[in-house]
Amino acid sequence: MTINRRDFLRGAAGGTAAVAACATLAPTPAEARGNLPVPENAVGLLYDSTLCIGCKACMSGCKEANGLPLEDTVGEGLWDTPLELSGKTYTVIKVYQHGTMEHKDQAENGFAHLKRQCLHCADPSCVSACPVNAMTKDGPLGIVEYDKDACIGCRYCVAACPFGVPQFQYDTATPEIAKCQLCKHLIAEGKIPACAQVCPTGATLFGTYKALDEEIARRKAMKPGEMHAFPRRTVDSGDVHEKAAPRYVDHVYGQKEVGGTQVRYLSGVAFDKLGLPTELPERSYSSVSETLQHTLYGYLAAPAVVLGGLVYAAYRGSQGHDDEE
Amino acid sequence: MGTHSKIAAADTHGHHKPAPLGGPLITPVTTILAIVAMIGVYFILKRFVFGLGSVANMNNGYPWGIWVVWDVVIATGFACGGYVMALVTYILNKGEYHPLVRPALTASLFGYSLGGASVIIDLGRWWNFWHILSPAYFHPDSVMFEVAMCISIYIMVMWIEFTPAFFEKWGMKDAKRKLNKAMPFFIGLGVLLPTMHQSSLGSLLVVYGYQIHALWQTVLLPLLFLLSAVGFGFSIVIFEATWASAGFKRDISPELPILAKVGKILMGVIAAFLILRFGDLIVRGAIAEVFTSGAKSVMFLIETALFVTPVVILSKPENRKRLSKLFVAAFTMMFAGALYRIDAFLVAYDTGPGWNYFPSVPEVMVTVGIIAIEILAYIVFVRFFPVLPAQSTAHGR
Repeated sequence: MTINRRDFLRGAAGGTAAVAACATLAPTPAEARGNLPVPENAVGLLYDSTLCIGCKACMSGCKEANGLPLEDTVGEGLWDTPLELSGKTYTVIKVYQHGTMEHKDQAENGFAHLKRQCLHCADPSCVSACPVNAMTKDGPLGIVEYDKDACIGCRYCVAACPFGVPQFQYDTATPEIAKCQLCKHLIAEGKIPACAQVCPTGATLFGTYKALDEEIARRKAMKPGEMHAFPRRTVDSGDVHEKAAPRYVDHVYGQKEVGGTQVRYLSGVAFDKLGLPTELPERSYSSVSETLQHTLYGYLAAPAVVLGGLVYAAYRGSQGHDDEE
Repeated sequence: MGTHSKIAAADTHGHHKPAPLGGPLITPVTTILAIVAMIGVYFILKRFVFGLGSVANMNNGYPWGIWVVWDVVIATGFACGGYVMALVTYILNKGEYHPLVRPALTASLFGYSLGGASVIIDLGRWWNFWHILSPAYFHPDSVMFEVAMCISIYIMVMWIEFTPAFFEKWGMKDAKRKLNKAMPFFIGLGVLLPTMHQSSLGSLLVVYGYQIHALWQTVLLPLLFLLSAVGFGFSIVIFEATWASAGFKRDISPELPILAKVGKILMGVIAAFLILRFGDLIVRGAIAEVFTSGAKSVMFLIETALFVTPVVILSKPENRKRLSKLFVAAFTMMFAGALYRIDAFLVAYDTGPGWNYFPSVPEVMVTVGIIAIEILAYIVFVRFFPVLPAQSTAHGR
């Protein structure tokens, strides 16, 4: 069968027009997705680096509460000695050191501690990234939870997290993502996260997001050197110790970073020295990514329109040479 | 338009129908490929027994290694020949390109099918892979969900698009006619799905935020990845035509005028990519980073030089008529596009001090083994099934 010139032109013009129409209609605008807020009844932690004495009771408490194995980095098989978060370690105390290390919480010739763990973002990248809802933030407490039974092990969460928190287990045939879930199993029993429970100085303090808001404001208002009471375990535990107020840096880490986090930090030393990323925007990366996705694929409207155009064009085209294939 | 209609009309008469090549299956080339494939399979088995770390160097700072970046992100790009040829031939209705469709589709079929298979090797909890296709687990906000879903469906669509070749082989004329009635729908899907997931491969990086260097991080990533995919597609068509003619000792001259046109389109696509990329850098105020980012600047400049080269070659009409020049241009574009994707996913990616990644030898052998399986399957396939245009019969009619 041959196609005459007119049929061909008609088919070609129809196909081209259909595609052009698709291209124009495709970027159907969708409303930009803003940052997700901190949930109304969110809980969290306040880690005050100036109170931390580096005893690592939190690390050992965490391992016990979560049934995590010992991590031996010195080869003696005796001590739990993780150097960073890992597939076996949900939290780790790190230390900043400078010069003679004489002064605690000073940048010059000083040292300071930092507790690494999941920050429980208000709008987490890992949750946005996960293709199968294995990472979720659905509960009223705003805990970023992980469900290994849903997880396919793609490690997009590991790559996406701006804080490098989720850790994949590379040394087993049945790996999971390892990550702090704020001891949700203990909270369910009316207890508090193990790290806050065992901290002897209240450097790691558990509370509702709002209660921690007030505690942060109280500490920031203290005059350095004045004696003040610092609570242990929870803001209102009544178990307090007296201590001279430190000189805090202005920055409350986690207050605004990527839309805010439910774990926040106070420190006497700038946070970039403690190894936390300090150039983070206030707009969450999830909101940028999801706005882009929703613009292109919201309700599958644009793809459906484009598909209609493509099928029509292909149909017109097939009329010309149906004997060939 | 006038010239198009003439060519199309001439082509309707002059087309060589696809036919099986025949010939021996056991040759020195296929034997070597089989050995390389076996080595890959050994390390794949090791990975499933002892975990990813027993074979690969990926780590929690670089959770995605070459099994994702090469086997999926780049290999599916290389497999875009079927996508672009379907777009040009069936959607833009340029019948003249028809002889190139089936070979391109075959390569795409194997590229994507093996890309999909290597995803299973890379997934830590691979036994849950079906969650991607189960509504109970859907997470449409996730870019990864969209990519995984689209690629899965596209692989199925390509097998359906290819089914007429099986029907031809087995003489099932009635079945073929019935399937062809529904074919416009699958052709439409077969163009829509790669458009979606090839762009989304770029979108994957948006949520990484500051972890991707400013020379690569932009909300235009989906468009840049889509253009690089289209560039890959046209390049691979030229690349394959050259190899199929050399490897199977076929006469390429009947296909050369079409390849010249493919070369012209390719030039336009790469030029668009470059204009968009530099325009975006200027608008975002990141253009200075081109020279001030150390090793990353060097990689960016190498990439750019590689993208510019095919544009320069193809800008001369006489070069587009010579297979050797077309081949060099296509090869450079594939190299440029591959480097762009490696850079975006690995070189531009920085999760903080202390992390580094370079693939281990066993890790590379898995990827090489998969490539060997792919080439082997292609050879066997074109010898058995009607894929490449037949040579002698209709020639010079």
